[in-house]
Amino acid sequence: MEDRLSRVFSALADPTRRGIVARLAVSDATVNELAEPYDVTVQAVSKHIKVLEEAGLVTRRREAQRRPCHLDTEVFDLMTKWIERYRREAEDRFRRLDEVLAEMDGEEKDGEEAPDVGAQAEGAAS
Amino acid sequence: MTATSTQHHNETRIVADPGLPTIVITREFEAPPARVFRAYTDPDLVRRWLGPRRLEIRIERYDARTDGSYRFVHVDRDGTEYGFRGVFHEVRPVDRIVQTFSYEGFPDGVSLETAAFEDLGGRTRVTTTSVMASIEARDAMIASGMETGLRESYERLDELLTETTSDESSTG
Repeated sequence: MEDRLSRVFSALADPTRRGIVARLAVSDATVNELAEPYDVTVQAVSKHIKVLEEAGLVTRRREAQRRPCHLDTEVFDLMTKWIERYRREAEDRFRRLDEVLAEMDGEEKDGEEAPDVGAQAEGAAS
Repeated sequence: MTATSTQHHNETRIVADPGLPTIVITREFEAPPARVFRAYTDPDLVRRWLGPRRLEIRIERYDARTDGSYRFVHVDRDGTEYGFRGVFHEVRPVDRIVQTFSYEGFPDGVSLETAAFEDLGGRTRVTTTSVMASIEARDAMIASGMETGLRESYERLDELLTETTSDESSTG
């Protein structure tokens, strides 16, 4: 499993492959179509496609004379979810920091007035 | 008065540039920089917010000053410990903390973390920039740096991999 994960990451480390992935995010395309914007041969693009296929990011189906490449968006959804998870972990941490800062505020003002420790009841304002 | 200021929601923003081995997290706080800085450097305050809520944190060392070092351990429900350590390259009150960070289970993966504290007039914006050795290492950090408690995402990946490899030859 980890092997597969590292294949996904190394597949995406290459700028040409990221470009291919970005193009496929718009719509399916053949190797020839994918080669057009790049200053590389169709063979070179074929190699990149093979890496993306092996990483499970791209699939190719047979369709009469052409074999268009298709992006497996599920893999990307998963990566987006990881980033969102990472963000939520940070958010969770920072909310606790919010609480700590509010309590510190009370400690610092101690002596002047009673410390007002954060979270007020919602019905306080009338 | 309609909304209470304590309920004010400061959004956590995260940017993982596809072409750079970095993670940038930005967040604003309802406190002046001096107080936020203290919450980042005093171990008694740090232990109250650092790390995932479901994990117990044990700070073994937190010498937050230039050339100081730190080590803390997360303990999960099974009692498994995950150690993290690093050195403080520079601690500059009250605007900047630069430190290394590594998970002891993967000591080769060292990142450089910079926390910058920006005064917004009684409020503070903290920008944390993590720089990894490579884009792969960054992506792996996002994906597997959370292995401590996020096994469900691995289970989802397992399912996904089973699905996507089923049309190829089965592995033996």
